[in-house]
Amino acid sequence: MRTIKGIICAVLLGPLAAIASGPELHLDKAPDKAKDNAALQHGAKIFINYCLNCHSASYMRYNRLKDIGLSEAQIKDNLLFTAEKVGEAMKASMRQAESKAWFGASPPDLTIIARSRASEFGSGADWLYTYLRQFYRDETRPTGWNNVVFENVGMPHALWELQGSRPFKTEEVRAKHEKESAKVVGYEKVTILFDESGRRSEKVEPLAGLDHHAGKKLEFGPTQGGTLSQAEYDAMIADLVGFLVYMGEPAAEWRKQLGVYVLIALGILAVLAYALKREYWKDVH
Amino acid sequence: MAASNYGKYESDGSRLGGLLEWVDARFPLTSMWKEHLSEYYAPKNFNFWYFFGSLALLVLVLQIVTGIFLTMHYKPDTTLNSAGVPVAFAAVEYIMRDVPWGWLIRYIHSTGASAFFVVVYLHMFRGLLYGSHRKPRELIWIFGVLIYLCLMAEAFLGYLLPWGQMSLWGAQVIVNLFSAIPLIGNDLTIWIRGDYVVGDSTLNRFFALHVVAVPLVLIGLIVAHILALHEVGSNNPDGVEIKKKKDERGIPLDGIPFHPYYTVKDVVGVVVFLFVFSIIVFFAPEGAGYFLEYNNFIPADPLKTPPHIAPVWYFTPYYSILRANTVNFFWVDAKLWGVIFMGIGVLIFFFLPWLDRSPVKSIRYRGPLYKIALAIFVVSFFILGYLGILPPTDGRTLVAQICTVLYFLFFLLMPVYTSLDKCKPEPDRVT
Repeated sequence: MRTIKGIICAVLLGPLAAIASGPELHLDKAPDKAKDNAALQHGAKIFINYCLNCHSASYMRYNRLKDIGLSEAQIKDNLLFTAEKVGEAMKASMRQAESKAWFGASPPDLTIIARSRASEFGSGADWLYTYLRQFYRDETRPTGWNNVVFENVGMPHALWELQGSRPFKTEEVRAKHEKESAKVVGYEKVTILFDESGRRSEKVEPLAGLDHHAGKKLEFGPTQGGTLSQAEYDAMIADLVGFLVYMGEPAAEWRKQLGVYVLIALGILAVLAYALKREYWKDVH
Repeated sequence: MAASNYGKYESDGSRLGGLLEWVDARFPLTSMWKEHLSEYYAPKNFNFWYFFGSLALLVLVLQIVTGIFLTMHYKPDTTLNSAGVPVAFAAVEYIMRDVPWGWLIRYIHSTGASAFFVVVYLHMFRGLLYGSHRKPRELIWIFGVLIYLCLMAEAFLGYLLPWGQMSLWGAQVIVNLFSAIPLIGNDLTIWIRGDYVVGDSTLNRFFALHVVAVPLVLIGLIVAHILALHEVGSNNPDGVEIKKKKDERGIPLDGIPFHPYYTVKDVVGVVVFLFVFSIIVFFAPEGAGYFLEYNNFIPADPLKTPPHIAPVWYFTPYYSILRANTVNFFWVDAKLWGVIFMGIGVLIFFFLPWLDRSPVKSIRYRGPLYKIALAIFVVSFFILGYLGILPPTDGRTLVAQICTVLYFLFFLLMPVYTSLDKCKPEPDRVT
């Protein structure tokens, strides 16, 4: 048996490390807001003011917001714009058919967007946190906006008044290959710049020698024209993403609390069950 | 009838005793209890690997009970609701949010599906370790393989129901495999789907099969599996027959009554299992994307093919075998070879009792050849499973091809290496 276990471990772990690879997507880590009701309430406000006009959250009812410390009266007075009753689902004010005509596709329902955007590169929260902070002006796009995480996204930067715009530069070092073979014969640096009004310029420079590494570097310039500073904007997005995570699974916090009690109970039961087994098995030799 | 081996209960004069006597005169209650529990003699040396049979039964009950409550709120309907979301997809979110305890019921069911395969794979591996498939237990093994087939069907059918992107496209890929069959392939896939695409009629029939047809067959097979087991008696880690050495009352010397000894022992296993199960249900119900795939939180969209379609982890070894077939061979399309090999990969388990020629059953007394073969088989199975999760590349396909060959060689060469193996002598009684 021991030999089998040894062989399994050695052979299993060896080749697997070598074959796991894929395209990279760099995501910033989203702060955890799950237990911060003030942040979640702020996020709910941002969501309802900025997102709910085009996106629905149709599995979520307004009165569920009581979970994050709001009273029914507070919800009715401050957050109920598109619905009449507090038990209704959060539906967009925009019609599906119209949105499809305007954006090419209906904006997706956002109730569980934080769950569906998870990947091997990070949690759904990380994706959203990065996505909502990395819009840049691109005059070649119909909406005038593009995004680093979601290339050629159909959505304009809905929060641009708050964030403003900033120049965006990518520097990519590319290997040049000899025709019909994989041999690297040189490197070149491609710099693409979008200025703060979205004009694109591209520059290709050959690099001397072969001592380079292929790779891509992204760089944002300073923001201009937003009503919030970059730090304030990031904090706001963190709250908004916190709310989206909460909305993705409202029972999540209760689930984890309950789980602790269940495990304690099962732990006690395990001790009792084992004691009972030992008692019965005393006479088995 | 086995029932006649036992006497009828005679009342001790108490009211409850009178009731039992009344029932026993009309129904084989006492004799069934004795035959299957209190006087079913199981070997006393069961180890860790012998927990998984009772655990599989536990998971079955969990799946049936949670499944019943899920059907009360689920709607197999692909029509878009007023918010533009398919009704079936919205029904699952309704269960997760608006149904009291719905999230718990759903997570137990979704985690239970993966747990079922974990437990069943370990249960099957136990068979390979100790020779539980060997004579006289061939029928138990065959019923077991049929249960495994049913379980695969059940899991596949159930995976369509949440009607997410992976549900739709997973079903699309698997149903399309049948189109590789010559002549009837295309018509067959249309017959299975009830449509030219995976659509509303597919969802409805999969629902019917998932909640009624397959569970019925499954329960019947499990009953047959246990009846056959209790007919011949359980194997054990030494692979020796305890019925060969009996005391003067005809009770195996190394046997102990299943109840109370193994019922109290299995309770320990159940509690430990539930502990691990609860860690997943309460703290990681998505299982890092392996139990609930992230893409399945997007409603099914027949117009948007996901860039990478991967089945749930328990099917990935066979998915890898399918994809490893890349060569058109003997004028037969590579896709058809893939389907054939995938099918044989599962069905070949049926022949195990006859492929194995070793004079001993348990790995404890087998020689090095079987141990090495089993180790290579397990490693290949794991690697195939891992590769099935990833998108294919040339290198990965080559590794999958090597592992596919190793997978089949385990079975095909078994008559050779089990005959040549230098086995140790089996003991007379369990150790």
